Amino acid sequence: MRMLHVMLPALLLGGTGAARAETGAELYRMYCVQCHGSQGDGRGVNAKSMDVLPRNHRDPVEMGARQDADLAKVIREGGKSINKSVLMPSWGHNLTEEQVAMLVRHLRTLCCEKKP
Amino acid sequence: MSGMVKILLFAASLAACVPAAAAGAQAACGGCHALSRPDFDRLGITERLERKAPPLWYAGNKYRREWLVQWLQAPTRLLAAGYFPNAAIRSTAEGDEPDPDRLPKHPALSRAEAESVADELMAKKPHDALIAAARYEPGSVNRRMGAMDFGKFKGCQACHQDEPGKGGLSGPELYTAWQRLTPEYIVSFIADPKAWDPNTIMPRMEMNDAAISKLADYLKLIGGGQ
Repeated sequence: MRMLHVMLPALLLGGTGAARAETGAELYRMYCVQCHGSQGDGRGVNAKSMDVLPRNHRDPVEMGARQDADLAKVIREGGKSINKSVLMPSWGHNLTEEQVAMLVRHLRTLCCEKKP
Repeated sequence: MSGMVKILLFAASLAACVPAAAAGAQAACGGCHALSRPDFDRLGITERLERKAPPLWYAGNKYRREWLVQWLQAPTRLLAAGYFPNAAIRSTAEGDEPDPDRLPKHPALSRAEAESVADELMAKKPHDALIAAARYEPGSVNRRMGAMDFGKFKGCQACHQDEPGKGGLSGPELYTAWQRLTPEYIVSFIADPKAWDPNTIMPRMEMNDAAISKLADYLKLIGGGQ
């Protein structure tokens, strides 16, 4: 019961105040996992119906061939903008430039940074 | 987390999601659906990350009443994998797939309850201005060309199905969209999804009114509207 006393005020206080800053991982979970997968390996729940599979963000070779600016462009303007699949939509109207940059940074952690 | 807290939270979530027989929409639906506009400025994407079900705070601008009454009595699954991003998916060796054990079931209401809830929901019309500004010129579209436009040219098929078993699972099925949604909502939402829902995961595409109307015509065709 002592724990309950501690937790209830925390739960109540959690609903007030300014929004905390989102993370790249959260943005990825919101906008990307449907197609690119919960593991980031390009095998999301939508992938089975696609003729062209979504990019495997865990692949360091494929991802290493792309500059950050290219990744930002395809997030912002869609696959068509770099002559890739139209199934990758343009998220430029949904995301701010800062959010796009956060997603690019998260993609780099997926592909190219080993977990400790 | 202590056992007591777990029990309390579980009981609270059950109470919030299961409608009481005589409850109104607020009591019956508010545990899972947003019935008033969330404070998006304050909550940011946290609001979406914690959503359990589609928002209903603009239901009166979105749904056809007759569909609501019918569906509430015999709910079917419109999102094959559940509501994203907290969908009921599991990671397997073949990739992500819907987890049938975690897919929530919507309670069925009696005819009287469904009529009452539909009345309450249809009164929620904060987006009348968007509906008034919607431009839809009904036309006809060839099924093959419409399917190509939907799938190959616009890429809607990545997330949506235009026939059972054909297309992605994360978005709502669209072969029944015409039966449940108003035409004005369809074209307005496609044109500017964020105007309806700041945390939508529907992308806005660069399309003119004619292109959007063509997509709406296709939804009408596959939804049995012509």
